[in-house]
Amino acid sequence: MLQKSDVIHQYLRPKKAFPNVWCPGCGIGIVMGSLVRAIDKLQIARDDITLVSGIGCSSRLPVYLDFNTLHTTHGRALAFATGVKLAKPKMKVIVITGDGDCLAIGGNHFIHAARRNIDITTILINNMIYGMTGGQFSPTTPSESFATTSPYGNKENQFDIPKLAIAAGASYVARGTVYHVTQLDELITEAITKRGFSVVEAFSNCHTYYGRLNRAGDAVKMIDDMKKNVIPLKAAAKMPPEKLEGKMLTGVFADVEKDEYCDRYDQLIESLKGK
Amino acid sequence: MADVRLLQGNEAVVEGAMLGGLTFFAGYPITPSTEVAEGLARKLPKVGGKFIQMEDEIASMAAIIGAACTGAKTMTATSGPGFSLMQENIGYAYIAEVPCVIVNVQRGGPSTGLPTKVAQADTMQARWGTHGDYVAIALAPQSVEETIMLTIRAMNLSEEYRTPVILLMDEVLGHMREKVVMPEPGTFKVVNRTKPTVPANWYKHFEITPSFKSPMASFGDGYRFHVTGLTHNEEGFPTSESKKIHDKLFKLQNKIMRYVDDICEIETDGMEDAHVAVVAYGNVARAAKQAIQMARHRRMKVGQVRPITIWPTHDKKYHEIFSSKSLEVIIVAELNQGQYVTEIERVAPKHVKVVSLARFDSELITPDQILNKIKEVR
Repeated sequence: MLQKSDVIHQYLRPKKAFPNVWCPGCGIGIVMGSLVRAIDKLQIARDDITLVSGIGCSSRLPVYLDFNTLHTTHGRALAFATGVKLAKPKMKVIVITGDGDCLAIGGNHFIHAARRNIDITTILINNMIYGMTGGQFSPTTPSESFATTSPYGNKENQFDIPKLAIAAGASYVARGTVYHVTQLDELITEAITKRGFSVVEAFSNCHTYYGRLNRAGDAVKMIDDMKKNVIPLKAAAKMPPEKLEGKMLTGVFADVEKDEYCDRYDQLIESLKGK
Repeated sequence: MADVRLLQGNEAVVEGAMLGGLTFFAGYPITPSTEVAEGLARKLPKVGGKFIQMEDEIASMAAIIGAACTGAKTMTATSGPGFSLMQENIGYAYIAEVPCVIVNVQRGGPSTGLPTKVAQADTMQARWGTHGDYVAIALAPQSVEETIMLTIRAMNLSEEYRTPVILLMDEVLGHMREKVVMPEPGTFKVVNRTKPTVPANWYKHFEITPSFKSPMASFGDGYRFHVTGLTHNEEGFPTSESKKIHDKLFKLQNKIMRYVDDICEIETDGMEDAHVAVVAYGNVARAAKQAIQMARHRRMKVGQVRPITIWPTHDKKYHEIFSSKSLEVIIVAELNQGQYVTEIERVAPKHVKVVSLARFDSELITPDQILNKIKEVR
C-alpha cells in the first residue's frame, strides 16, 4: 500500500509551482492532502477535474496540483466555477476558498450557487482571519477577537457556515478540521461524490496572525486545541446545551437529494429538441 | 429570397451572436440591454447552448470567462452600471487571454443616470475601465444591420486575438427598429480559436510566439494548464521576475497593436479635399452623414470619418486620413462631454484645429446641429 504522502506527490506540479506560499505549520497544506486523497480514492481522471479558487492564502492551493486549475479574482471563484460547470457539466468542479473570499466579498455568489444547487464542491478553508493581507478580521472572526483591523476586539457577529449553506439551499454541508484529517478526507470524498452543491468547511489555523494577535499559540498548539474544542455532531445530540457552549461541532450537517441545476438545464435542452 | 426582417438593435445582437456561433451567455438584467439576454435565453438552449442569469454583473463576467476556458464562445450584455461592475474581470480576461464579448448598450450616466436615455459616455470606460495597463478592442455599430455584422466580428476578433472585445451600442440603437437583410450563411467569416497540436508536456498556455498569437487549449482537453490573474510566465505560473513580467505585458500590448491593420476599421468619405472633417461613431455618424450632405449642397467641402473600431486607435491610419493639406478643422461629434475628441486631438496634425460637438442632455445630436457647427467653424 502506498504511503499517504506518496499519493500526494503523484498529484503535485513540483517543478513548476513550488516552493509554496504558506507559512510553516499552516493548515491549508493539510486540506490539500485531504483533497488529493479524496480524488485519488474516487479515481477521477485528472483531466475531468477543474479546481477554481479566488484570492487569499487558501486560493493559492490549485496552482500546486496537476489538474485544470483556475485562480480567479477575489470572491468570484464560485461565479467562474458556475461558468465552467454549466458549459461543461461532465467536469468535476471543486472550488477552494477561504472565509474572507467566500463569505465577505464572495458572499453573494456563495448563496446563489447554493440556491441553484449547481454541482460544485466548495471547500471553504476557515482560519477566521485574512492571512494574505496581514491579519484583518473576517466574517468568521469571533466577537471580541483581535485582528489588525479590530485592535480593540471585533465588534461584529459571525456567520455560521453550515447554517448559511443549508439555508441557501446546499445539498451537502459538512465541517471538519485540519486536526481530524481522516474525517476531513471522508467529508471531502462525500462532498465530491454528491450531485448538487456541496460545502465542506475545513477549519484551519492561522497561527501567524490569528494565533499571534489572540495569544492562541503556535501551529501545534492551535491544531491541538481543535482536538479539545471539537464535538462530533452525533455526540453533541446527546449532550445538554450548556456543555456545548464554546465548542465547535463537526460532521455532516445536511445531506439531501434534490434536482441539480445542470441536469435541469440539460433536460430543458432535451425537451426543446426539434421545436 | 433574401431574409428581410424588422429588428431592434438588441435583437440584432442576438441574431449576430447566434450566427457567430455563440454557445454560452451569462447576464444580469439591466435597461436598456435586457432584450439581448431575453433573446438568448430563448434561443441558446434550442441549439444546445447555455444561458444563465447570474446574481450580478460581476458574476456574469466571471461565468463567461469560466465557460470560455472550457472552449465555449461566450458573451455578456449590460449597460453603464453593470459595465462598471464588470471592469475587474474584464482585466482578468485580458491578462488571462480569454476570448469573450461584452456588449454595452450605453445609457446616460454617471451612476444610475438615465436608464432609458441615450449616451456615448462609456467611450473612455471601454478604453481605460479596468485597472493596470490595458489595450481594449471596442466596436461601435451605427445601424441595426451593422450590429449583426459587428457582433459576429466582435466574436471573431476575441477568438483570433484571445482577448475580451467590447461592442459599444447605445440605447437608441438598442431599441430602434430597422429593416435588416439577414446575412446569408457562408457570406461572412466565423473564426474559432486555434487549438494546440503539441503533446501536453510541450504545451504552454501563454506561450510568447514571434507573432504573439498562441493556441488555446480548453479545460478537459488533456493539457491541465493553470490560469491566473497574477502576472504569470508562459506556463501560467505566477512570476515576479522582471523580464518575464515585461515580456508578458509586452505580449499583451503587441498581440493587439501589431495587428491594427486587421482590427481597425475606419470609414471615410470625401476626405481628399475636405476643409472640414466630421468624426462621429455609433448612431451619431448617421446624423453626421446627413449634415455633410446638407453642407455639400451648400458647396462646403466637408468630409466624414467614421471609426467603426473605436479602440484601439490606428494612429498611422488617422495620420493618413488627416493628411490632406486642405484640412483645417475636425469636428468630433459625440453624446458625451467630449471623450473621443481627446483621442482625435492626439492623432490630428498640429496645424488642424480640433473642436468638440458634445451633447449630453440625453437627446441625439441632430444633423442641423452638426451643420451649424460646420458653418460656425469654417
